[in-house]
Amino acid sequence: MTDGTGTVPSEQPEGQPQESGQPQASGKEKYYVRFTLAQRYLHVVLFTSFLGLAATGLPMRFSDNPAARFFAREVGGFGAILFLHKFCAVVLTLAFLYHLKDIATRALVHREKGIFWGPTSMVPNWKDVQDVVGHLRWFVGLGPKPRFERYAYWEKFDYWAVFWGMIVIGFSGYAMWFAPFFARFLPGWALNAVLVIHGEEALLAILFIFSIHFVNTHLRPDSFPMDMVIFTGKETDEEFQKKRALEYQRLAAEGKLEAKVGDKPVYWWVNFARVIGFTAILIGLVLLVLTLIGYFGNA
Amino acid sequence: MRLTVAASGQFGRKLRGDWPQSLRIARNKLAGLPGSGATSNSAVLLSLLLAVCLSGPSALRAQTDCLACHADKTMQDAAGHSVGVDADAFHASIHGSLGCTDCHTSIKDYPHPDTPAAVKCAACHADQATGIAGSVHASASAHPCTSCHGDAHAIFPKDDARSAVYPLNIPRTCGSCHASDALAKKYGLQNVYSVYMDSIHGYAVSKEGLLVAANCMSCHGSHHILSHKDPQSPTYKTNIPNTCGTCHGGVEAEYSAGVHGKAVAGGDLNAPVCSDCHTAHSILQPTLADFRMQSTPICGSCHKGRFATYQDTFHSQLGLLGGYVQTARCWDCHGAHGILPASDPASPVNKANLIKTCGRCHADANASFVQYQPHANPRNRRLNPALYFTRFFMNLLLWSVLGFFSLHTLLWFIRAKREQGRNGPTGEAKHD
Repeated sequence: MTDGTGTVPSEQPEGQPQESGQPQASGKEKYYVRFTLAQRYLHVVLFTSFLGLAATGLPMRFSDNPAARFFAREVGGFGAILFLHKFCAVVLTLAFLYHLKDIATRALVHREKGIFWGPTSMVPNWKDVQDVVGHLRWFVGLGPKPRFERYAYWEKFDYWAVFWGMIVIGFSGYAMWFAPFFARFLPGWALNAVLVIHGEEALLAILFIFSIHFVNTHLRPDSFPMDMVIFTGKETDEEFQKKRALEYQRLAAEGKLEAKVGDKPVYWWVNFARVIGFTAILIGLVLLVLTLIGYFGNA
Repeated sequence: MRLTVAASGQFGRKLRGDWPQSLRIARNKLAGLPGSGATSNSAVLLSLLLAVCLSGPSALRAQTDCLACHADKTMQDAAGHSVGVDADAFHASIHGSLGCTDCHTSIKDYPHPDTPAAVKCAACHADQATGIAGSVHASASAHPCTSCHGDAHAIFPKDDARSAVYPLNIPRTCGSCHASDALAKKYGLQNVYSVYMDSIHGYAVSKEGLLVAANCMSCHGSHHILSHKDPQSPTYKTNIPNTCGTCHGGVEAEYSAGVHGKAVAGGDLNAPVCSDCHTAHSILQPTLADFRMQSTPICGSCHKGRFATYQDTFHSQLGLLGGYVQTARCWDCHGAHGILPASDPASPVNKANLIKTCGRCHADANASFVQYQPHANPRNRRLNPALYFTRFFMNLLLWSVLGFFSLHTLLWFIRAKREQGRNGPTGEAKHD
């Protein structure tokens, strides 16, 4: 149970600069790889299709809202809306299946250790529970700031929220798309339930991603205005130490830190990614406002 | 013929300049005109009015006598009213064979009074006169017969295309008063002329030229038009199915057998008749998107609960977004005219018929599929417990996740801002 925390001694007060003195001294511009190219592309596909699904799903959910009707008419009416919604759904489904295939390959073919358990795993562990409590205590000034491993608890929550969300929204969506087929093994009332589930879970996903995820990952003061690591795949030595001290420490101790060193991201690529990223955030925030108007304007 | 016209003109001028003289004197003068080979007064007139003198000999005498003066179309009486008669048109009209004095009964001799008594159409048309006397148009001064039938000397039978009351001309004839906003306002009516003209009936009349399409008269009657509040009126609520049924007989039969028809027949004035769903004047082709969209809320204006739950479903949501109105509207499932209670085996929403009814759109509909409830209410625990708890769980999840993380993010944001302030704008705070 405590494997995750056990591997790393809890010596936060010591501070990391001494232990990581070597990279700190040598490079002002030293970069470490955090995400592979495939993972970064997957994120782009994920948020693009999600934005598409949100933009086309919201008008259907709040169909009596004038903005929704206006948007739908401009796009070409309900037929076009539904087509785009289904198209984005298929893209996201393929991305999800690709991700599952990737996990299966890493686990079964490459026998990658620690994918399901341990410090680099997405699976929550006891340290995450401690981190939640510790982080909250730090918020209100009752304790030191926790130090995080490769994936902090809120990042794991983001991941599992999306994972669960895709299963729930995807299943209920396909159940509506192919209702007569699903009716062969679902009770009749389930056909009513899937619309409720689809709508509510999608609402949760939209509200969560466009507020919590945006702020936690991009807009909070430490990362403002945008954490570019999901686009460039790399972060500076300073960022790495600051945000994931335990992982940095562990890799340094295991002598694996050098293997993670990557090239500095290309200038134009960073700027290009910024345009894409900010566009996505802007669209997301607009959709957030429209969602809140639709939800509270209706009730 | 030139002679005829010239002589006639001269005669007219003479007559106007020398009004008190008797017709006989005028005739004598005419008889002495050069170039006139006629030997009797009658023969002179015959040659002068050759073009219009085609009627029977008994009528001829009286008409020609009058037309000797009144054929001048520019002729006016002392008050400035036109008293000229278009002889050609009059002779072609349905009254062309009548003598002038048959209608202008107060005129016996020449010279006649300056203001002869008003013509009484009722003398012949007694039934129509009785009808109009009790109608909304009863005031003879506001609605003389000619206000609908047109020029008194050019009245044609109603199946003649020249008639003002020919089916295709009726909307325009009624519209000559009823297309006026001012008039509509004065009588507390709606100006329905333009919406009628855009309706399926107006289109059929004005564009398709369909004689059988409903014009104003088809529903309101002609002479005995009554307010729709009058129980005798064909547009009174309970009479409307019968009125529309005059043409739409098949629909009326279906309607009468349905719940709405029975309710109306039983005296329930809240139940809908044709015009409640189709409107009275702006009737649209029922397959049109606009009609499909407009009529669902009409059903909902009575069936409020059912409409609210329908609005929660996919069927409703899609239509509102435009361009896609094929999704089920009320009558796609319940039927339109002969709506029956779901308990009736003949109802399309009877359990036994659901696979067929749903199958009209959902080709693969099966027994489990049709258990879907198109009016389910997730907020009603008693009626839809499973759905109620599904929604309850989803909402609990939604608000607990958002509640926790909103607080989490807010506290984090504040803390990080303060750390940043303490450690300078560039980096994150060092650990405590």
